[in-house]
Amino acid sequence: MEGSLNMVGYGLAAIGPGVGIGLIFAAYISGVARQPEARSVLQGIAILGFALAEALAVIGIGLAFAL
Amino acid sequence: MPVALTAGETEEFEAPGPADFELPPAFEILGFGVTKPMLIVVAATLLIGITFYIAARRAAVVPGKGQFFVEGVYGFIRNGMVPDTIGREGAKYVPYLFTLFVFIAVLNISGIIPFVQYPATSRIAIPLGLAVISWIIFNYVGIKRQGLGGYFKNMMFPPGVPKAIYPLLAPLEFLSTVIIRPVTLTLRLTFNMFAGHLVLLLTILGGEFLLLHTQGIVGFAAGSVSLLFSIVLTLFEGFIQLLQAYVFTLLSAIYIGGALTHEH
Repeated sequence: MEGSLNMVGYGLAAIGPGVGIGLIFAAYISGVARQPEARSVLQGIAILGFALAEALAVIGIGLAFAL
Repeated sequence: MPVALTAGETEEFEAPGPADFELPPAFEILGFGVTKPMLIVVAATLLIGITFYIAARRAAVVPGKGQFFVEGVYGFIRNGMVPDTIGREGAKYVPYLFTLFVFIAVLNISGIIPFVQYPATSRIAIPLGLAVISWIIFNYVGIKRQGLGGYFKNMMFPPGVPKAIYPLLAPLEFLSTVIIRPVTLTLRLTFNMFAGHLVLLLTILGGEFLLLHTQGIVGFAAGSVSLLFSIVLTLFEGFIQLLQAYVFTLLSAIYIGGALTHEH
């Protein structure tokens, strides 16, 4: 079985954003659980945070293919 | 970098890679090759234009199904996203943001429409062009509102920060606003579509290979699971595609809103 070390590196690099996205949605869920009426406000913030954390993972996969 | 996986006795599985996105031109006009993503962009533009023209022309007080759908999407941007991010002045930017959202959403969704099945936004030129338009708009709006000096002063030297931090903060803020923002807008959309399409290719082609080109019960079982899983992943990919269109538009709106206000 052949492969590229880039992909192993990308797998390792994806741990960080994975943990980050998990923390963001954990905070979002507990926020909505405590105060269900704040859902619409929290949703936008959670998706924004998700997008910013996910950018790292996405740039990682770009570099894994490009380098 | 091709990854070869020995799954059968005789044949080898060629894993999908970036080369699967490099399609040959469908036809040529004056030596200029027209590729599938270009055709998708043209078709999407026509589809969006005609749909909204028809919906707006026959606008009724009591909306029908089509008008209700179009107005729902428009209201989602106009009454949901823009007031939250830009505020009272946002009405001027609703047409741009609405067009951006619908255009990106349709181009993304082309990745899971049967027989089209190619997310046009996975070619970097398309998100790059859209990100540059957003970049020009939010910088223009900021310079027009705060003046050239004021815009960069508010960007690089935000008030309420200790003086000693400024040498560190000013270049970082400049870099983040002027360079990182368009780059991340582009890369986020491009590689989300690229990676999502690659995963779909992998589950479908891998499932087909295991099912038809290997012997034994293990290959049959794994191929069936892979193909069934690809259906779930296609639905998930549709959700991601709409979400990414929303994220691109939301970030554009936030950048415009940030350029309009003095302290951010």
